[in-house]
Amino acid sequence: MSLSESNQALDILLCEDNLGDVYIITNALRESQIKYNLNHVSNGEAAMAYLQQEGDYPTVPRPDLVLLDLNLPKKPGLEVLQAIKSDPNLKAIPVIILTSSKAEQDILKCYQHYASCFVTKPFDFEEFASAIKKIENFWLNLVQLPPKFAPHGSS
Amino acid sequence: MEIVPIRAPVEILLGEDNPGDVYIVRSSLTDSKLHHNFYQVNDGEAVMAYLHQEKDYQNVPLPDLILLDLNLPKKNGFEVLAEIKADLKLKTIPVVILTSSNAETDILRSYQLCANSYIVKPSDYFVFFQAIKNIEIFWLNLAKLPPKTATNFN
Repeated sequence: MSLSESNQALDILLCEDNLGDVYIITNALRESQIKYNLNHVSNGEAAMAYLQQEGDYPTVPRPDLVLLDLNLPKKPGLEVLQAIKSDPNLKAIPVIILTSSKAEQDILKCYQHYASCFVTKPFDFEEFASAIKKIENFWLNLVQLPPKFAPHGSS
Repeated sequence: MEIVPIRAPVEILLGEDNPGDVYIVRSSLTDSKLHHNFYQVNDGEAVMAYLHQEKDYQNVPLPDLILLDLNLPKKNGFEVLAEIKADLKLKTIPVVILTSSNAETDILRSYQLCANSYIVKPSDYFVFFQAIKNIEIFWLNLAKLPPKTATNFN
């Protein structure tokens, strides 16, 4: 049985320092049919501490999906992405880049470091909310996310 | 009148040997308003020949998006995926796994090999058709695909 068909809630980690964006994302996901927990950190170091269950985050669940801003304080999103994708215990977690950047260099670098996808935040509030709905429709309703209790990386 | 910018067509490569599934993907995409070119090959070796522009595929464009079955003849989808994601010239191309398998080991292995997303083919025709529409809405309308002229790999 797939994760999205099970009764277990999805754990989503949102790494975003802009509170307005956090508000839009949280609100857009609120009507979702899928059970989920949205956890939020506001800088790159906190994202890594969360993923490694260190510091303030010793008992947090391993996220099923990461939404990652690129322009984060303390540790940039690209470094967080590289750290996730070079860690055998974390690399299977899909990372969605959600950024205000649409620079080709950023797009290319993120795909080179195995981002699952790259989405540019629309400026317009309604369009932003609609983009989050599209992410939800694809990633939460259609895609099979990795199993919850992933054994240690074997590849 | 709205001015629509002229864009290069999106090149989509499907690696799939089941003619029924090819038909559904092709017809779902044919409905699309999006300017795209669709290519399909039947086995894993042909996928790699296509991507390396070898043999029968010397003049094909590199795809912007790959839809890949796992259970392919000659070279399976895992091997194809691993080769793509280890190749500096190809690794940035998003690979969407489209398979009938919902086995957790296949899902996990695909993500460990850096698949960009994993989708189980719905068994119902209409739902399958909708799934392809959903892929189109996300990957072709919302997500930014890697730039076409990706020649600098630093």
